[in-house]
Amino acid sequence: MIVAFTNQLLELAVALLAAPLLLGWVNQCRAWLQNRRAPSLWLPYRNYRKLFHKDAVLAANASPLFRAAPYVVFGSMVVAAAIIPSLGSALPFSRVADAIALVGLFATARMFMALAAMDIGTAFGTLGARREMMIGFLAEPALLMVIFTASLISSSTSLAAISDTLVSRELAIYPSLAFAAIAFLLVLLAENARIPVDNPATHLELTMIHEAMLLEYSARHLALMEWAAALKLFNYAAIGFALFIPWGIAGRDAGLVELLYAAPLLAVKLLCAGAVLALIETLSAKLRIFRAPEFLATAFLFAVLGMLVHLLLGS
Amino acid sequence: MPWSTWPGYSPIDATLVLAGVWLLLGVAGLTAARNTAFVARIVFPLGALVGLMMLGNAIAGIVAPVGARELLLGLPDMPFHVRQDALSCVFLALLGGGSFGISLFASGYFREGPGAAPGLLGFQYHVFLASMAGVLIADDAYAFMVAWEVMALSSYFLVVTQHKVPAIQRAGFLYLLIAHVGALGILLSFGVLQQGSSLTFEAMRATSRPAVWASIAYFLALFGCGAKAGLLPLHAWLPEAHPAAPSPVSALMSGVMLKMAVYATLRFSLDLIGGPLWWWGLATLVLGLGTALFGVVFAAVQTDMKRLLAWSSIENLGIAFTGVGLTLLFRGFGLDALAAIALLATLYHCLNHACFKSLLFLATGSVLHATGERNFGKLGGLIHHMPWVAGLALVGTLAIAGLPPLNGFVAEWLLLQVFLFTASVPQPFIDMLVPLGAALLALVAALSAYVMVKFYGVVFLGLPREADLEQARDAGVPERLGLGWLALACVLLGVLPVPVLRYLQVVSAQLLGTTLGGRLDSWWLLSPISAERASYGPVFFLVGLVLVVVITAAVMRRLYRAGERRAAAWDCGFGRLDARMQDTAEGFGQPIRRMFGPLFEIHRTVPSPTDRAPVYAVRIEDPLWNRLYRPLGRLVLWLADLVSTLQRGRVSSYLLYSFLTLIALLILVL
Repeated sequence: MIVAFTNQLLELAVALLAAPLLLGWVNQCRAWLQNRRAPSLWLPYRNYRKLFHKDAVLAANASPLFRAAPYVVFGSMVVAAAIIPSLGSALPFSRVADAIALVGLFATARMFMALAAMDIGTAFGTLGARREMMIGFLAEPALLMVIFTASLISSSTSLAAISDTLVSRELAIYPSLAFAAIAFLLVLLAENARIPVDNPATHLELTMIHEAMLLEYSARHLALMEWAAALKLFNYAAIGFALFIPWGIAGRDAGLVELLYAAPLLAVKLLCAGAVLALIETLSAKLRIFRAPEFLATAFLFAVLGMLVHLLLGS
Repeated sequence: MPWSTWPGYSPIDATLVLAGVWLLLGVAGLTAARNTAFVARIVFPLGALVGLMMLGNAIAGIVAPVGARELLLGLPDMPFHVRQDALSCVFLALLGGGSFGISLFASGYFREGPGAAPGLLGFQYHVFLASMAGVLIADDAYAFMVAWEVMALSSYFLVVTQHKVPAIQRAGFLYLLIAHVGALGILLSFGVLQQGSSLTFEAMRATSRPAVWASIAYFLALFGCGAKAGLLPLHAWLPEAHPAAPSPVSALMSGVMLKMAVYATLRFSLDLIGGPLWWWGLATLVLGLGTALFGVVFAAVQTDMKRLLAWSSIENLGIAFTGVGLTLLFRGFGLDALAAIALLATLYHCLNHACFKSLLFLATGSVLHATGERNFGKLGGLIHHMPWVAGLALVGTLAIAGLPPLNGFVAEWLLLQVFLFTASVPQPFIDMLVPLGAALLALVAALSAYVMVKFYGVVFLGLPREADLEQARDAGVPERLGLGWLALACVLLGVLPVPVLRYLQVVSAQLLGTTLGGRLDSWWLLSPISAERASYGPVFFLVGLVLVVVITAAVMRRLYRAGERRAAAWDCGFGRLDARMQDTAEGFGQPIRRMFGPLFEIHRTVPSPTDRAPVYAVRIEDPLWNRLYRPLGRLVLWLADLVSTLQRGRVSSYLLYSFLTLIALLILVL
C-alpha cells in the first residue's frame, strides 16, 4: 500500500519534472543534428519561471473559459500522467481510469484548448482550433485501435495491467505489436505537433496548428499551456514505453528498490526516444495540411492491421 | 423509497393517473387557448410537476413487481391492456425526467406570436407526452398502435406550429409521411406476430414461431422503428422537422420521442419475438454504425444550429442502435452476460442523449429568442451576453462530445468494452470484422467532438458576427431552471454511473435473465466485467482533476502574485481584427467536405474574378434525397398514373370492367 502510494507520487513528480527536460533534450538533439548551437537543457524551465513572474495580458473580449482552459488542460495532463505506468505499475489511481478514459482525457484537453482558441475570435485562433480538432478526430481512433490491440493481448484495458502482462511475456517480435508500434509512432508525431504534421518551432506561419491556438496566451497561462504540451509528449512517450518496451517498469508487487532501478532505465529510454524523435524531425519535411489526413489514415490502417493480425494469428 | 411503501400505491396505476393528468392539463389549456399567461404560468409548470412525479414513480416502479391492468377503454371485446415492467419504467423515467426540464423551460419560452395559439400548443404538447407514456405501457398491439399514432399526429401538429410558412408545411408533410410508412411496418410486424384473434403481447410472448417468420417480424419492426429513430435511409425527415418545430418541441422530439423507437425495438426483439438470431444483431449493428457515421459527418457541415443538432441526433440514435445490435448479437450466441452489458450501455446512452440533446436544443431556443437567428453565420460571442445559457450549454457540449467525467463518456466506455469482446463470438469472420466496428465508433465519437467544438465555438465564443447581437439578453428564470435540471442530470449520470446501472440491470434481469450482480457492489468504481479487466471511477476522476486544477491555481496565486491586464487581442500584430475574419461554420465544415466528399452532393457557386457583386455559395445535399427519395416518389406517381388509366371516368368502361370480372369469376367457379 505504502509502496503503491509512493509509486504514485513519485511518478507524478517525475512526470512533472522530467517533461520539460525531455522537451529540452529533444530541442538540443535537433540543434546538434542541424548543426546549430544547442540551447541549454534547462531552457524550458527558465522559460516557465520567466513567464510565471510576468503579468498576464488578456484580450479585451476574453471570457472566463479562456482563463480556465490552461488550468483544465494542465490538470488533464497531470491526471493522465497519474494513470500511465512509467516507473511502476502499482498505481492506485490507475483503477480510476483505464486507457479509454486516458484517451478521453486527451480529448478533454484538446477540446478545451480548441474552445479557448476560438474564444478571442482571431483568424489564427479559429484556424488552429479547426485544424487541431481535425488532427484529433483522425488520430483518436488510431490511438484507440493501438490500445485495443494491446488490451486484446492482455485482456484488460487498464494500462498498468497491460504493461504488467506484456513485460512478463518472453522476448520475441510480435507482429501485431509491431504494426501497432508504427501506428503509435505516427499518432505520437501528429498529436504532439511534431514535424511531419506541425512544426513546433513556428510562431508566425500559416501552417501552424498548436502554436496558433496559443497565440493569445501570455505569462502564467502560456507557461501552463506549454508545460501541458511538454507533459503530453512525456505521457505519449510513457504510453509507448508501457506498450512496446515495458521492460524495466516495476511490476505490481515490486518493492521500493525496483522503483529505484526503474528510474535510470526510464531516463535511458527517454534519452533514446528523444534522440529518435529529433532524428525523425530532422529527416522529414512538413506535410501540407491536407496530406495530414493521409498520414493519419496510414496510422489508422497500421493499427487496424495490428488488430487483425492479432485476431488472425493470436500473437 | 418512502412513496413506494404507501398503502394502495401501485406504479402502474400511478402512471395511468399521471398520464391522465397530462391529458387534463392539455384540455385545460384548450379552454383558455389565447390566454398566454394562464398556459405559461399554470399549465406548463403543472405539466413539469407531473413529469417529475412520473420520474419518481418510474424509479419506484423499476424495482416493484411488474403490474398489468385491463382498461375499460378501447373497442368492445378489445379492451386496452397495459403493463409496466422495468424496460417500460426506464423509458418512463426518461420521459418524466426529460419532460420536467423541457416543460419548465417551455413555461418561459412560449409567448404570443404568429402560429398556433398557446393553449392549442399546450394541448398538443401534453397529448404528445401522454401518448408517449401510452406507448411505453401498452400491452397489446391495438393499444400500442393507437398510442404510436397519437404520438406521431400530436408531434406533427407541434412541428407545424408555424403552419403558414411553406418550408415548415413541407417539413411537416415529410415527417407525417415517413412516420406513417414506418407505422405500417410495425403494423405488419404485429400481423406476423399475432396468434389467432388475440392481439395481446401476452399471447405473442407465449408462442414460438419458425425462424423465417420471426426474422420477418423483426425486420418489419426494425423498419418501423428505424423510421421513427431516423436510421438510414429513413432519416430524411429529422433534419427538416427538428428545425421547423419550436425549440421545446424539438427537444422533446429529439430527446424523448426518438427513444420510443429504441424502446420498441428492444420490446420487439427481446420480449415479443424472443430468441433473437445473431445475424439480426449484425444487421442492426451495421445499420447503426452506418447511420452514426453518416449523421455525424453531415452534422459537421451544417450551417443552421438546429439542423446540426438534428443530424447529431441521427448520429446518437445510430450509436444506440449499435448497442441494440451488440445486445442481439451476443444474445443470439447465448453470451447473455455480455448481452446484458451491451443492453445497459444502450439504455444508458438513451438516458444520456435525452439529457444533453434536450439541453442543447433548449439552449438553441434561448439563443433564437435572444437573437432571432438560427444561422451560425450571424451568431457569435454570446457567452458575454448570455452567461447562464452559455455555461449550461457548455456542460451539454462537453457531455455530448463524450468527455470524461460527464455522462456521454460512460455509455461510450461501456460500448467500447463490449466491442472488445466481439472477438470472442463463436463464428468465423464475424469475430474479426465486428471488433473493427469499435474503430468506427471511436471515429464517430471523435468526430462528434469536432462537431461540438464547431457548434459551441461559433455560437457562443469569438466576436459577435452581427452588430445587434450586443443586445442579446440571457434567458429568464424558468428557462434557466429547465436548462439547469438537464445539465445537472448530465453531471450526475456521468459521475454516479453505478447507482444508475443498479436500477438499469433490473431490465436485463427481466429480458435476458442475467444481471451484473456483484460487479456493481462498489458505488464509486464501475467495473462491469471484472476488476482486472477494466474499471472506471468517475467520482475520483473528477476529484483528481479538480484537485490538480485547484492546487495549480492556488500555487499560481500564492507563489507568483503576477497581475493581469486587458488589452486588444494580439493576433500576431495584424491589428485590424474584425468579426468576419473568424472561421465560419462553412469554414469549419471544409475539412470534412474534403475528406468525406463522396458522401455529399455539393453544389457550389463560385464567382468569376470580374464579378461586380460576387456571390459565393455552397449547398450541401443529402445524396439519398436525389438517389432514393426522388426516384421512389417518381415510382409512386408512375404507379398512380397506371391506376388512373383504369379510371377514365366513363361509365361504359366501368361497365366493361364489371362484365369482365363477372366472366372471370364465372370461369373460376365453373
